[in-house]
Amino acid sequence: MVIKQLSVFVENRPGALVEVLAVLKANDVNIRALSVADTSDFGILRLIVNEPEQVKRALNEAGFTVKITPVLSMMVADTPGGLCDQVEKLSGADVNIEYMYAFAANAGNGARVVLKVDNLKRAERLVAGDLDGATGVDDESNDGEIPNFYW
Amino acid sequence: MYWNKPAETMGREAMDALQTTSLKDLVSRMYRQQKFYRSQMQEKGLLPEDVRTLADIAKLPFTTKQDMRDNYPYGLFAVPVSEIVRIHASSGTTGRPTVVGYTKKDLGIWAEVMARTLTAAGINRQSFIQIAYGYGLFTGGLGVHYGAELLGASVIPVSSGNTARQIMLMKDFGTTAIACTPSYALYIAETMREMGIDPRETALKVGVFGAEPWSEGMRQAIEAQLGIKAMDIYGLSEIIGPGVACECSAQKGLHISEDHFYPEIINPVTGEVLPEGEKGELVLTTLTKEGMPMVRYRTRDLTVLDRQPCACGRTTVRMGKVLGRSDDMLIIRGVNVFPSQVESVLLNMGETSPHYQLIVDRQDNLDNLTVLVELTDRMFSDEVRRLEALEHKIQGELANVLNVSATVRLVDAKTIERSEGKAQRVVDKRKI
Repeated sequence: MVIKQLSVFVENRPGALVEVLAVLKANDVNIRALSVADTSDFGILRLIVNEPEQVKRALNEAGFTVKITPVLSMMVADTPGGLCDQVEKLSGADVNIEYMYAFAANAGNGARVVLKVDNLKRAERLVAGDLDGATGVDDESNDGEIPNFYW
Repeated sequence: MYWNKPAETMGREAMDALQTTSLKDLVSRMYRQQKFYRSQMQEKGLLPEDVRTLADIAKLPFTTKQDMRDNYPYGLFAVPVSEIVRIHASSGTTGRPTVVGYTKKDLGIWAEVMARTLTAAGINRQSFIQIAYGYGLFTGGLGVHYGAELLGASVIPVSSGNTARQIMLMKDFGTTAIACTPSYALYIAETMREMGIDPRETALKVGVFGAEPWSEGMRQAIEAQLGIKAMDIYGLSEIIGPGVACECSAQKGLHISEDHFYPEIINPVTGEVLPEGEKGELVLTTLTKEGMPMVRYRTRDLTVLDRQPCACGRTTVRMGKVLGRSDDMLIIRGVNVFPSQVESVLLNMGETSPHYQLIVDRQDNLDNLTVLVELTDRMFSDEVRRLEALEHKIQGELANVLNVSATVRLVDAKTIERSEGKAQRVVDKRKI
């Protein structure tokens, strides 16, 4: 499933992260998934939230720099090798993963993984098991049907 | 269009004669009436009669901001305090504020030169001018105000701050001209975008921007983002306030109101007068002011003078856009660095914001230059390597232009204070 990820620029100083989180709290936003990429000067906070457009606006109004990126969300079996099998489908079809993060979903439902890939549509079909139909699909175009509510 | 055609299109000989008469009168007034400058002249063994021609001005001592501080508050007034009808003061970010006093006649001169400035920018009786310079001790607000009233434009005296209200008034009142600092103009454009307002929905046509140095690139950014003509105006409270010089429709330098202010360009290190066309520090003499005249005031602003006739028909000497300040100049590992160079690099790259700050520090006897650059939504990426690549790209461009390496750090939008007044471009933490 293709979903929208929010990326927020966070300066590398004490209190910077809490300022972002306080805006989310004040707007009653529940974080569905999160990862932080960091360098020595700054970090990029990547968030999955419901109604990302509204949350982006709230963060912008609070003065944060925010970007929305379409990413792939997939379920993997919460068993050894679960992730390996899914990722193999992508690498076997030459889809490049820019970054990914995983988290345990609700009890017993397996784990959920968010991936930023270079060929989103193709990756989506690959992980859905559509191995044949995937070839030749290089269309990056956004169908405009990305849902606003996730899990 | 001229406000005062005879003064603005006067022939060179007539102007020289007028300036010579005014200069001799000024020097004699200073010698008779102002204790500080008399002692300065006496130290050099000078009498008023020693100044007979314009070239003789080079014999006279300079006046500096420090002289104003040393004579705080009224020591440089050349008339009894009872003749003073208005007092302004600088913000005094470093040390004591500098105080200036105006007689009734001085206020008349100020309104006159400011009316010339606004007319040169295409503002007239039909214009609605929103003055978003601060009103109060700062000369920006009231200076533009009286000039605009003399001109007969409809003045909207909003003063600075409350940007959302500025924008609302701009729309509702049909503002056609705005006066503020260039960095505030960009801030207004940003705020308009955030509010979802297209600047083209307003009646705004022109802006007169001054009080801080700004580059050609910043002009293009303001013109593109607000859809207006951005005119540079120049002035400083020590001389009179805004109105000392202004751009005309040709936008090829700023015409100095030479019948009131006599300009020279000097070498900022040696103090010697430089030939026309050479870049150096602007020195101004107020030929006609009464309350607090200035002889050879060192502005610290770096520019060039051009006496070639201008396409607009004005014959007055033009100063180039201020290139920086001689005291803003940083010497980093022996290399001269001006904040304006950093600004032009950022603007030429197109993708970055012109909001930046230079931080200089010294570690183990080595100067380190860090340039903070504000991030915009357009520059931002969800991938670390793209942001790092952007930092490296800016770093590379800066090293090319500055000849000294700088560390670039991306910072959150609007972390560099700028909106209301002058942006603080340099933080020098070196203890030397």
